[in-house]
Amino acid sequence: MAEQRDATTSLAEAQSSLSGLMTRLRGGMPGGQAGLIGLLVVLVVVFSLFIPGFASVGTLQSFMFQLPLLGLLSLAMVVPLITGGLNLAIIATTNQCALLMVWIMNSLLVPDAGVGATLGVIALAMLAGLALCLVIGLVTGALVAYTGVHPILVTLGTKSLIDGISIYLTRGRALSGVPEILSSTLNGSVFGVPVIFLILIFAAVFVGVVLKRTAFGIACAMIGSNLEATRYSAIDVKRVLVGVYTMSSLTCFVAALVMVATFNSASADYAQSYLLVTILAAVLGGVDPFGGFGTITGLMVALSVLQVISSGFNQFGLSNYLTLAIWGATLIVVVAAQTLKPYLGDIFSLRRRDQQEKSA
Amino acid sequence: MEEEVPFLRLSGLSKRFGGVRALEDIDWDVRPGEVHCLVGENGCGKSTLIKTVAGVHPPSAGTIEIEGKDVLPLDPAKAKALGIQVIFQDLSLFPNLSVAENIAVESHLDGALKPVRTGQMKAIARRVLARLDLTLDLSALVSDLSVAERQIVAIARGLAAQARLIFMDEPTASLTRAEVDRLLAIVARLKADGIAVVFVSHRLDEVVEIAERVTVMRDGRKVGTWPVHEVDQRRIAHLMTGLDIDHAVVARDMSAAPPLLEVRNLSRRGEFADVSFTLRKGEVLGLVGLLGAGRTELALTLFGMSRAEGGEILLDGKPLVLRSNREAVRAGIAYVSEDRLSLGVVLPQSIEDNVNLAVMKGLANRFGLIPPRRRRQLAGEWVKRLAIKIPGLDRPVQTLSGGNQQRVVLAKWLAAAPKLLILDSPTVGVDIKNKQGIYEVVAELAARGVGVLLISDEVSEVFATCDRVLHMRAGRLVGETVPGRISEHEMEERIYA
Amino acid sequence: MPDALSVAGAVPHASDGRAGLTRLRRRPEFWLLLVILIVGALFSALAPGFLSLPNVIDLLETYSVQAVMAMGLFVVLVAGGIDISFAATASVSQYCAALLASQMGLPAPLVILAGLLIGTALGCLNAALIFYLRITSIIATIAMMSVSFSLLMYFSGGRSIYTLPDWWTTRITFFQTETASGDLARITLPIVLMIVVALVTWAMMTRLSVGRQLYAMGGNAEAARRIGVPIARLHFVAYGYLGFTAALAGMLQAHRVGESVPNAFANTELAVLSAAVLGGASLTGGIGTVPGVLLGIVLLAMLQNGLNLLGVSSYFFQIVIGLTILVSTSVTVISSRRGRRLRGIGEASTHG
Repeated sequence: MAEQRDATTSLAEAQSSLSGLMTRLRGGMPGGQAGLIGLLVVLVVVFSLFIPGFASVGTLQSFMFQLPLLGLLSLAMVVPLITGGLNLAIIATTNQCALLMVWIMNSLLVPDAGVGATLGVIALAMLAGLALCLVIGLVTGALVAYTGVHPILVTLGTKSLIDGISIYLTRGRALSGVPEILSSTLNGSVFGVPVIFLILIFAAVFVGVVLKRTAFGIACAMIGSNLEATRYSAIDVKRVLVGVYTMSSLTCFVAALVMVATFNSASADYAQSYLLVTILAAVLGGVDPFGGFGTITGLMVALSVLQVISSGFNQFGLSNYLTLAIWGATLIVVVAAQTLKPYLGDIFSLRRRDQQEKSA
Repeated sequence: MEEEVPFLRLSGLSKRFGGVRALEDIDWDVRPGEVHCLVGENGCGKSTLIKTVAGVHPPSAGTIEIEGKDVLPLDPAKAKALGIQVIFQDLSLFPNLSVAENIAVESHLDGALKPVRTGQMKAIARRVLARLDLTLDLSALVSDLSVAERQIVAIARGLAAQARLIFMDEPTASLTRAEVDRLLAIVARLKADGIAVVFVSHRLDEVVEIAERVTVMRDGRKVGTWPVHEVDQRRIAHLMTGLDIDHAVVARDMSAAPPLLEVRNLSRRGEFADVSFTLRKGEVLGLVGLLGAGRTELALTLFGMSRAEGGEILLDGKPLVLRSNREAVRAGIAYVSEDRLSLGVVLPQSIEDNVNLAVMKGLANRFGLIPPRRRRQLAGEWVKRLAIKIPGLDRPVQTLSGGNQQRVVLAKWLAAAPKLLILDSPTVGVDIKNKQGIYEVVAELAARGVGVLLISDEVSEVFATCDRVLHMRAGRLVGETVPGRISEHEMEERIYA
Repeated sequence: MPDALSVAGAVPHASDGRAGLTRLRRRPEFWLLLVILIVGALFSALAPGFLSLPNVIDLLETYSVQAVMAMGLFVVLVAGGIDISFAATASVSQYCAALLASQMGLPAPLVILAGLLIGTALGCLNAALIFYLRITSIIATIAMMSVSFSLLMYFSGGRSIYTLPDWWTTRITFFQTETASGDLARITLPIVLMIVVALVTWAMMTRLSVGRQLYAMGGNAEAARRIGVPIARLHFVAYGYLGFTAALAGMLQAHRVGESVPNAFANTELAVLSAAVLGGASLTGGIGTVPGVLLGIVLLAMLQNGLNLLGVSSYFFQIVIGLTILVSTSVTVISSRRGRRLRGIGEASTHG
């Protein structure tokens, strides 16, 4: 009892100090991202005021170049998260796919190959990458669906396995060398918008539509909330789960393309620090870590917030590490605010009264 | 007996939550060593009453006396020290700990750096179990025990904590008859030891056999207390609801209707054997029996969730082999689970998605996309047809009352247009008014030619809705009756014989 | 009547011997030990020197740091939580202690105390986020990991501290013996500390009420609350203890390598988590034992060391870890599910 009272008192205290932020975040969850969009606007305005040159085309362009990799990886994480799972193998999958594609392009391309041959090799490499991701996704999904082992453990295992294979085969070295035609296409822009950003937008719209507008997507959310009840409603839960991890893995293929383009090389240990950031971004965007709820719009807004913080701090001359720290802190504050929100309405009415009655 | 000071006496007890009156002016007493039934519908205030006596909620007015002494203010620790123990329906045990540790939990789960004495714990557990004349493997994990054994552990835990009055919340809900008998024998021993037991239930069940008095509650008030032999189930139902529910027998002779479902010698090892019956179009067929008789298992096999190991199922005269419940739904079979909260609805998700869940795929256009308008229309239509009271289609199902949640489950299956609807205890946790509404839905479906298989624990429910009743015992069909040909009482005798 | 009553207990009692064996067979420790024996026998047959005293000691010392962390993580897992931030906590405590020792020249007891306090405080901060702000433990600790690790990298600029005082880096040997081949086998501080921490953790979790309360909370948090178990305090005990052991492991690691590298613990969290899970600690809480977790660590250590001795590339090791996790968890879950299916019906109806 004492603990409970403590909890509520400190909830009340924390709540009052957060009330300023809360007013802005009100209406943010769930269903809309008003609060997060508000935060985004505030950040942009503050940075524009205090950082000379922040409000410029250059900033916007670098924003659009930097967002896609983290964005695609987050998309790969969000789909399993909505079903109440997790895919810790996304980075490993992406790296392995990138390695495979670069390796194929490196070994099959002779220096003076014609455009046709080059395109053929690129197509072959992409096909191989796609096939690899498909296999990884199917296997992971089957393990999750048919063994019933918690996805954290399954994907911890597959992550270790995939990383191990990549490291073993490459001896930890990076493979570099991407055909000019591929890297210039992917690094190019259409009407000033980077191609990789367009890829992200396309992937996000696709995943968003699948989640919101298809039987598969709705089943994902239902499974995330109650797997057994969904199974009793004649939904093929196992097939949906296999589909979820396959979709996650195929998103990694797209991420691998972007990665190959941005780094012009591939390695088993690129982007490893992004793994947990993708979970942060998803939760920040309103995805319920226990499954059942989450929107792609929310995720995209959250990613933008993170990226704006990063760009702003970079231009302010602060290190990348500090950015990561601020990202973590942002998450804690926003999630705490979300947690406290339901208490807000009745904390002064119901809860208080309840406490008074209990202590009376 | 009458001169005796009651163990517990409540006088003028009231409890308000904000503007809501949960308990209103309750005068009630429990005698030492008495077995007492406290019955009332869900939400009548019986849980609040227990929690108030257990010190969880302070009363807004009135007094609580134990052995003639006013004990207010009360907190959970004090209530326990005074000998009041509550065994909740979920039993509140620790599945990962041993039997001994669960029983002796109060003696070693205080302080922080107190040494744990396994020998002492086992001694306590053994002593308590000896008082009950029971033996249990003390080092077995609770997760390995059956429900009945877990209940014994929970009772033993109460005894180990020096209980003088034990509240048991719906104790027989998940026990078989043999297990109920064992429970009643244990309660008889407690009684002999001078420990009072209060059974809390939403109906008058098997426990009345050894109870002395029954108290009925309605809308936060005590309706009255009677010696148990002066009341019966029908009177209690009336007292609990204030409604005079007319359980007129509706049985029709459906033998001329074409057969819909024919089950021949269906068997599944350890669950049911040699089950044969015919269900006709538009017929409502009851299936009664004790818990563990194999009724739910039979239903799950008909719904394709488990495979029959012998025999055959014919639907519309055609043999049916079901590999999954998806095939069952495609064939026109729907199943409403007995466990609404964990298997019937997806509580946190929207009413709209819950209603559409079973037919979601069919809503998609040729691109595989489901237009939002179509989802809304379909769900809205079913909500209207089943008169579900909802705050909004996009609200989570958990905001609805039990009766309306059950209607959402019905809507989900009716949207799939089944030929055969299997209802497994569809009115558990549904108040009497809503029960009537569900019976009306069943009658309407039957009138439209849907075959209904109704599994139920309540003979009155089966008699009020079914054309024929099958009786299942220990996995086999042992009898068939037509309601009205024998009385409800006779039927009950047969089931519990 | 007594006849009818004894039915409840009759089943487990009648077959006590068999029940004991079944229970043993269901323990992950039993299987782990079996696997370890098989793997050990295999390696000692293939790689002479695998079972030699110096090699075994070396193996233990290499994994002592992870073992100390695993003890703390085990407590958190039993309590029903999870912590991803402990490796970052170890780095922060280690680096701060190293700064205090090398820059300010504080004496040993103060430095150690400060390091342990920092670790414990970071653990308690996690507990506060999880208990008071109700942030899911995995999310809270991922966020805390980003915050504390990034701040460390920012303020340290990624620079290592090589000037640790002698008292810190001097090897402390408790016992040493010369083997027949003339190699020295030393029982050093890391091994002793590992044993001490394991014993303390074991005693706390099995012999003290606080440990049983942690098991109870992990098994059924709601029931624990109902019978008055101090849930808030237990959160602080579990996460605080993990912070404490992480700090200890951090300083121990600096002791072994003789320097403080800010990112020395990169990716350690998942390795330690794998070992704990391999050792039978459940992610859903309430289940796991100290010997089990230690065996998990030993298995991973043996695999790495044995493959090394066999001349298999160390790069291959991660593949083995991955396969081990996948196989062991699948086998455990599938075998326990087979047992459960028999009682499935009874279970399902308890939801009623």
